[in-house]
Amino acid sequence: MEINAQGIYYKDLNNIIRKAVGNGEKKFILRNVNGQRYIADGISKKISMEVYGVPGQDLGAFMKGPHVVLHGNAQDGVGNTMDDGKIVVEGMAGDVVGYGMRGGRIHIKGDVGYRVGIHMKSYQDKIPVIVIGGKAGDFLGEYMAGGVIILLGMFSLDATKPIAGIFMGTGMHGGVIYVRGEVDPHQLGFGLIPRELDSKDQKNLKMCLKEYCDDLNIDLRKVLSVPFKKVVPFSHRPYGNMYAY
Amino acid sequence: MGSWNYQKDISGCGLSGIINKNGERIKGDSIICSIACQHDRGNGLGGGFAAYGIYPDFKDYYAIHIMADNLNALHAAEDFLTQTVSIVHQEKIPTRPNKYITDPPILRRYFVEPSKDSGTACRWPGLSDDDYIVRVVMSVNREVSGAYIFSSGKNMGAFKGVGFPEDVADFYRLDEYAGYIWTAHNRFPTNTPGWWGGAHPFTILDWSIVHNGEISSYGINKRYLEMFGYHCTLLTDTEVVAYLLDLLIRKQGLPIEIACKVFAPPFWQEIDRMDEETKKLLTAIRMVYGSAMLNGPFAVLFAYNGGLVGLNDRIKLRPLVAATKGDTVYMASEESAIRAICPDPEKVWAPKAGEPVIATMNKSTSTAKKQARLGPACARAW
Repeated sequence: MEINAQGIYYKDLNNIIRKAVGNGEKKFILRNVNGQRYIADGISKKISMEVYGVPGQDLGAFMKGPHVVLHGNAQDGVGNTMDDGKIVVEGMAGDVVGYGMRGGRIHIKGDVGYRVGIHMKSYQDKIPVIVIGGKAGDFLGEYMAGGVIILLGMFSLDATKPIAGIFMGTGMHGGVIYVRGEVDPHQLGFGLIPRELDSKDQKNLKMCLKEYCDDLNIDLRKVLSVPFKKVVPFSHRPYGNMYAY
Repeated sequence: MGSWNYQKDISGCGLSGIINKNGERIKGDSIICSIACQHDRGNGLGGGFAAYGIYPDFKDYYAIHIMADNLNALHAAEDFLTQTVSIVHQEKIPTRPNKYITDPPILRRYFVEPSKDSGTACRWPGLSDDDYIVRVVMSVNREVSGAYIFSSGKNMGAFKGVGFPEDVADFYRLDEYAGYIWTAHNRFPTNTPGWWGGAHPFTILDWSIVHNGEISSYGINKRYLEMFGYHCTLLTDTEVVAYLLDLLIRKQGLPIEIACKVFAPPFWQEIDRMDEETKKLLTAIRMVYGSAMLNGPFAVLFAYNGGLVGLNDRIKLRPLVAATKGDTVYMASEESAIRAICPDPEKVWAPKAGEPVIATMNKSTSTAKKQARLGPACARAW
């Protein structure tokens, strides 16, 4: 199903999509999207959706299954509390990508904003993954409880800025952040240090990056030509003693 | 959607701003289209616009916009004006009926200059014209019950009210204006009432500000400003920022970049990592201007005759996107609001927290005049 979204109010657009999904439609192409919120939110069928333009807030929030490819930039809240499926963004994305994400994958080619991957979590085989090709703002992976964030810093608009802001991984108590190249300890949250990867990490990283590179037509060898560092929790309960002396 | 009936509006305010750095005037339709794209960031309890370059026929006079609850209040404000300023022209602010804009106040505008040389008519001798007009605004807003001056700059004006911004724009007939800078606001009031005076922008002289967020330092900022003769009367936190801009930049001569560091200073842990000179400067700013720091989440756009500036709080708790095309600079809460009026910008980026995006006019007369105006004020302050 192809929809020209130009001038369609977000509620009407989402009603059209949901109705079609309910009728068994499996493939969507959305053209001229500009600012419509909540696209693909809460959809639990394995549909595919190509989006052209700049969708509004919360693209793919709560979704469980769809495969969304965005040929453009995303705004804030991509994959908010997403459960399963995949979102590929060929441009950059705004703040709080993958907030509270609990499954599925988000692959972003360019830069992302602040608080990306905060409160991500995992359970048994549900392990969410966010891969960022550009650079990230402050608070990447804050309060992270599970899942994987990979930060490449390769496709950024700004060559001069550091690969991430400050407070990375503050309060994290699960999951892992892989950073291509070096990350300065001052950028990390309290108690965290950059660590070397072990063979299990290498395998995990390579597997995640292979899919990312296939999706975005990137040379995997080039991505892997620079060693990575990882950031993991220093404690399962980083604030366990905060109020208990 | 079936049984799903979740009625909570999830939202935050929306901002948009445009500047043409060559001073070419842009019709109001553009900014209206941009802010309307962010319709759902507001809830219909406030919309407003600031426009620069709209009064070329009276560009040397202060344009005073008044809103009054009733004729008595209007006459009281007018009496005050006739006692303090010379009015060269006055008229009703043109409006058209809009079914969503209800119970508007009485709206009039006056083009004035201080009555400085006419002996007894000069209420505050010895003040500069700008300072004199600030006194007029503060006096009316404090002393005249039910009347407010909501715009007081030269060759610019604020237009605001209760409603969605596109309806407020229609009401004020902003499609009939053209300006080289525009800002717009879509309000979702949280802590303070949604009333006509509380809509954004807030202004003093040619400073105007629109804000998404919450100034939790309002109390200390307000008391700090009172020491310099600025009084908050409009019941909304953002008002302090307008007066802080006037105090820090016009009166005390701080460069815009430094004023922005006053509002959103780096953390001490960041300052510790800076070179000695920068460390000294930023430490001094934090020590001297602690009471002017803005705490809480914010994305703001502020404008004056010489430019447009966007600024976030230091941990980016509200969104802001900027873009350029040729000599036009766009800033908004959402990228889509920019693309709604400029589908193919040359550059789009999300400004870093606490780092202002400053778009100033190319060597135009207004910039030159602004700098000339800053000179003596600066000398006085230091």
